[in-house]
Amino acid sequence: MFDNYIIPLDEWVTTFIEWLVDNHREVFQTMKWPVEQTLNGLESGLNALHPAIIIAVVCLAAWRFSGKRLTIFSLASMLIVGFLGLWEDTMITLAMVLASVIFCGLVGIPLGIMSGRSDRFEMILRPILDAMQTTPAFVYLVPIVMLFSVGNVAGVLATIIFALPPLIRLTSLGIRGVHPELVEAAQAFGATRWQTLMKVQIPLAMPTILAGLNQTIMMSLSMVVIAALIGAGGLGSPVILGLNTLDIGRAVVGGLGIVLMAIVLDRITQSIAQNK
Amino acid sequence: MAIDTFTGENMEKIRVEKLYKIFGNKPKKALAMLHDGHDKASVLEETGMTVGVNDASFSIEAGEIFVIMGLSGSGKSTIVRLLNRLIEPTSGRVFVDGQDVTAMNNDELVKFRLHNMSMVFQSFALMPHQTVLDNAAFGLELAGVDKEKRQERALEALEQVGLAGWEDQYPEQLSGGMQQRVGLARGLAVDPEILLMDEAFSALDPLIRTEMQDELLKLQEEDQRTIVFISHDLDEALRIGDRIAIMEGGNVVQVGTPDEILQNPANDYVRAFFRGVDPTNVISAGDIVSNTHPTLVVTKTGSLRAAHEILSGSDREHGYVIDAKHRLLGVISSEGIQNALEQGLPDQPISQAYMDEAEPVNFDESMQDILPMVASSAWPVPVVDADGVYKGVVSKNRFLRTLHKTETNGDSGGDQ
Repeated sequence: MFDNYIIPLDEWVTTFIEWLVDNHREVFQTMKWPVEQTLNGLESGLNALHPAIIIAVVCLAAWRFSGKRLTIFSLASMLIVGFLGLWEDTMITLAMVLASVIFCGLVGIPLGIMSGRSDRFEMILRPILDAMQTTPAFVYLVPIVMLFSVGNVAGVLATIIFALPPLIRLTSLGIRGVHPELVEAAQAFGATRWQTLMKVQIPLAMPTILAGLNQTIMMSLSMVVIAALIGAGGLGSPVILGLNTLDIGRAVVGGLGIVLMAIVLDRITQSIAQNK
Repeated sequence: MAIDTFTGENMEKIRVEKLYKIFGNKPKKALAMLHDGHDKASVLEETGMTVGVNDASFSIEAGEIFVIMGLSGSGKSTIVRLLNRLIEPTSGRVFVDGQDVTAMNNDELVKFRLHNMSMVFQSFALMPHQTVLDNAAFGLELAGVDKEKRQERALEALEQVGLAGWEDQYPEQLSGGMQQRVGLARGLAVDPEILLMDEAFSALDPLIRTEMQDELLKLQEEDQRTIVFISHDLDEALRIGDRIAIMEGGNVVQVGTPDEILQNPANDYVRAFFRGVDPTNVISAGDIVSNTHPTLVVTKTGSLRAAHEILSGSDREHGYVIDAKHRLLGVISSEGIQNALEQGLPDQPISQAYMDEAEPVNFDESMQDILPMVASSAWPVPVVDADGVYKGVVSKNRFLRTLHKTETNGDSGGDQ
């Protein structure tokens, strides 16, 4: 029954994207600019610092928020990564993760707060978030490349699409989880909406918001390999390169770097959240 | 009740006029049904909407503790939130100091809540991420009071409620009773004229509850505020309420002093509430006092002979002697006067004939308190106020008749 007519959605999408590229590329280039600046700043900053300083900072954070065990683990992981020859790639990946977390935070926390305070807003946002989380990254990689060209910045943008939803969802959940009586008490004492938000809702939602940030970091890291497909550097590129040349050893080394970084970042951010 | 010293009239602090609250998406329809005389149940059945408050009108006087009492679902928690518009009324008006709260815009409402009213909650509703001190200073912080000043004020409030030394703790480290003291301190720190207390002590165990009630009464003695107190506990209402409003199914069915309601319950619901309440705990000597007995105003020349004339002309056995300021000086009996006259002392001062055992009772004392006195005295017991001013007497007859009346009215059981 479907032989007679097929909706030419594929053609429509192609035409639409091509039209966007031809006519509105500058809009996307403008959108790209802040991400590019942030990423470049982070990257050159991290690369300019002596590895010992970065290791010291990470270990200090691990010590401060968790304890001896995590400090030793972090130190070992960073040394392994360095001696595997992955230090530069790790710094690029770290810069990309940080950049995507910064932009996810800037966009995601306000959106999460709005959706936590308005049922209607959440109703509109929810299907969009579902689509962002379930659409395979390969589907939006090509349009992203067409609009933003290849490289680290495009990689970060793809990462943001993938890593943003959990932060929005968890922020919203955190705001909604604040006991209504506390909000009522704030109002009864004459709090404005802004004061209620800043003095009651956000502080009390903070553990959940931090859990969201942690999720964003983990998802950003999981995008590293996919982002490498569109020319992003970092720990993903040895994996992709190894895959293409069937150099298993190289791929495994890259993969190990990603796993070690993921564990260190996850444990440190989790203990920060718990300290709150 | 606060008395305006200039006009001598009670001052109205809050006036509620024809207030309605309907929960649901088409309140107009439900409102129209209520106006047509339908009740809560039929509105719910026909429209699916819940009537929270139905045509409530009453006024609250400055400085009184006004208890709104009812079972759960009677609308009492809704009505207190309509006063500060935590819940928007469907229709009707709320005036505070003559100002229409229902007509305020958002900014005015925020300002009004900051300065005129504070609230104490059943679940305490303390900020778990703030210290006791910051919690107590919460209202002042919202008002933009600078840190040093608001902490100083918050410390004072904490001291008032007996929590000095606890200011650096977090709420979860405190017991329930102490948490509610913090809640009370938070309410007091902003120095509001009106304090709304929504089942403030209901979550506390009975001993602590009584303690908190005493604390509230003590605070009220120090600093008279208008307190609107929501409660489902009759004992609590009787204990702290100057006046009580009883709610049933969204309606305010009766407003009055505890003994007014006890003596004249408006309907069976109110009567059922008071079932089992001992009226002699509620009704005070001042409520049943009568002044049918002759009083003799004593001057310097007051003599036994003059007293004799007044008493024999009044057909009463006992007389009550007061001075020019109406203070009770003593009680005399016609028998005592007769004896004195027979001893040939007609010009002796009247104080010679005072009966030593005739002590007055205070008009605040409950019937329970004065019972032994009334029962054991052959004369009607004189009642005086705090300044010793004579208010009248309570006779055995009067006492028993009051008891009988409340028992048939309140149906409060035959075991009393």
